[in-house]
Amino acid sequence: MRWIKISLGLAVIGIIGFFTVRELLMDPMYFFELFLGGLTRGSIYALIALGYTMVYGIIQLINFAHGEIYMIGAMTALIVASVLGMWGWNTAVIVILAFVFAIVYSCAYGFTVEKIAYKPLRNAPRLSALISAIGMSLFLQNYVMLAQTPDYLPFKSLIPDFKFWEPFVHIITSVEITIIVTTVIVMILLGLLIKFTRIGKAMRATAQDKVMAALLGINVNNVISATFVVGSATAAIGGVLIACHVGQINFYIGFLAGLKAFIAAVLGGIGSIPGAVLGSLVLGISESYFTGYFYSEYEDVFAFTILVIILIFRPSGILGRHDAQKV
Amino acid sequence: MAIKNQIKQSLIIAFWFMILTFPIMVIKVNTIQNTIYFRWANLLWVGIVTFFASMVWNYFLRRNEAQKKKEIDDDIPLIHRLLQNDRFRRPFLGLLAAFFIAYPFVFPMYHTSIMISALVYVMLGLGLNIVVGLAGLLDLGYVAFYAVGAYAYALLNLHFGLSFWVVLPMSALLGTLFGVMLGYPVLRLRGDYLAIVTLGFGEIIRIVLENWDDFSNGPRGIADIPPPSFFGHYFDQHNTMIYIYFIVIGLVLMTIFFVNRLENSKIGRAWIALRDDEIACQAMGIDKFKTKLTAFALGATWAAMGGVVFAAKTSYINPMSFTIWESITILCVVVIGGMGSAIGVIAGALVLILLPEYLRAVAEYRMLVFGALQVIVMVFKPDGLIKSVRKVYTFNVQEKTIHEQTHT
Repeated sequence: MRWIKISLGLAVIGIIGFFTVRELLMDPMYFFELFLGGLTRGSIYALIALGYTMVYGIIQLINFAHGEIYMIGAMTALIVASVLGMWGWNTAVIVILAFVFAIVYSCAYGFTVEKIAYKPLRNAPRLSALISAIGMSLFLQNYVMLAQTPDYLPFKSLIPDFKFWEPFVHIITSVEITIIVTTVIVMILLGLLIKFTRIGKAMRATAQDKVMAALLGINVNNVISATFVVGSATAAIGGVLIACHVGQINFYIGFLAGLKAFIAAVLGGIGSIPGAVLGSLVLGISESYFTGYFYSEYEDVFAFTILVIILIFRPSGILGRHDAQKV
Repeated sequence: MAIKNQIKQSLIIAFWFMILTFPIMVIKVNTIQNTIYFRWANLLWVGIVTFFASMVWNYFLRRNEAQKKKEIDDDIPLIHRLLQNDRFRRPFLGLLAAFFIAYPFVFPMYHTSIMISALVYVMLGLGLNIVVGLAGLLDLGYVAFYAVGAYAYALLNLHFGLSFWVVLPMSALLGTLFGVMLGYPVLRLRGDYLAIVTLGFGEIIRIVLENWDDFSNGPRGIADIPPPSFFGHYFDQHNTMIYIYFIVIGLVLMTIFFVNRLENSKIGRAWIALRDDEIACQAMGIDKFKTKLTAFALGATWAAMGGVVFAAKTSYINPMSFTIWESITILCVVVIGGMGSAIGVIAGALVLILLPEYLRAVAEYRMLVFGALQVIVMVFKPDGLIKSVRKVYTFNVQEKTIHEQTHT
């Protein structure tokens, strides 16, 4: 078994290496563009995957409604931006307010969803909480569809074309560079939050052992709420950014994006925050190359194939802890 | 005083929801014509509805808590107690049989057709129950095997003219084969890793069916799939529906029989033990991998048979029938019905499939209601509508034999 694995692994690496070198030599510019495209894609995945992985780390729940939170963030930004735009406000103010509203509302939705659908199920079988999450996801999708519209809404990009970025526009647009830079900033802030603040320490403690954390005077319920709020905030940022990038949104965007981000989180090792970022980047970049060089219609098949291959070699994801089963 | 507090709390909640739903419920922008509507009436409705909803919600939550504190030990679901009672059991089963036999003759074809779908879901649910409920493996790609069955019938019929009755057992075997094939590399994974990988397999099969035109006719699907024949004879449309109905009833009965026998067999007990504690199980000498693989393969078998029936009933299939939402629906059937409990799964399938069909009256709200109901059922009944009851083995030393032994 071990030999099969090793030889299979070497074969995969060999094939990938061969293609990479060949394409790099043939058209280095295209190769580089695909890399940047993948980086953008991966950054968006990372922003959403963080919410999944944080929630999973703390209450071991696949938060199916997380994609919907992201969609609501984008939707709120669209509504706020259009209303203010029609009232003729200053563009810079609109951008800031749209982001603020998207984040605040996503947080509020994340908080409320947790209180309604997950908190009463804290001690219930895990699958029940999962079904509750799926129900919440269906509910939120249909709620937005009925209250707004089932059609695609054009989303006017909130991010202007920067003047100073003009020399590089043919390589990477200013929206894309904004996405990458924002993601990096959010990651750093999040890392600082989790490493150094009181609430971050409480989160880590709760993730390790809920009962012990409660015994030491941590209000576990508040910590869980805070986790949902932080996860929703990053998802909202991701939602607004990708809406700017793609240019249109509808009520269903959350589901697919959520699925991809979830794959990324599992790929990196669910529950681990650096894992989620790494998994997202791996997924985004490899997807970008695959669609660039092979078939774009098999993009999702490829994503899942990568997932299966990586999980066969590392059953807990790239950076996941392989914790021994407790008796 | 208590009531005053509750009203205050509900008012706060209603106010919170009014703020929360404000941008989406009240504002409606048309970005093409550059117009904004403010629908203030919606704000009022949200406030009123959430106020009363939160009162009711809190009341039931408190009642649930109070019940939990009482710790009733013998909370065996009513239906199980009734079924154990011999005086009730016979007439009940008789009545049930009479109802299901008379059903297609009494109700119009539309209702028969819906009932067939519901019964197919009973089969699928019972199959998935083996995997999720008994063996504890979360499978989110169950629809893959359903698709395998449906496409097996459609393609074998299209290319080789094989009939329903030939394909049905073949597809069962094919389902098992696929179950083993997909299960083999991934069953080593635990919990949610398994869930996402099975989800992946489900999606892969769907996407391949959608894009591999030469094989599956792509998104156009396959039309004109013949209904099952009765010894070479075909009925008219109405009677075909009735005929399929009885075939499904037969298959469901067979499924129930098999699942029941499996549950209390050696392998069934091994599944349950494996679900409850893997390490203890291995220590008792149960081959973890083989046991899991059997569960996976057997679950797949039923899904494939369900697929054949589905293809025969609708006479047209395309990849859109096999999306991830289908897997999720089947999982909901199992969990909402009551994991591991066959009666629960049957009830779950009937409720979950029939309900949205009859909710068509309020067509656009039905998925909203459906999602909300899923949350509500899970919050108030986390073990599902009908909880599973383990068979209790009692050790009765017959006094007679002891008597005899002491005398001799």
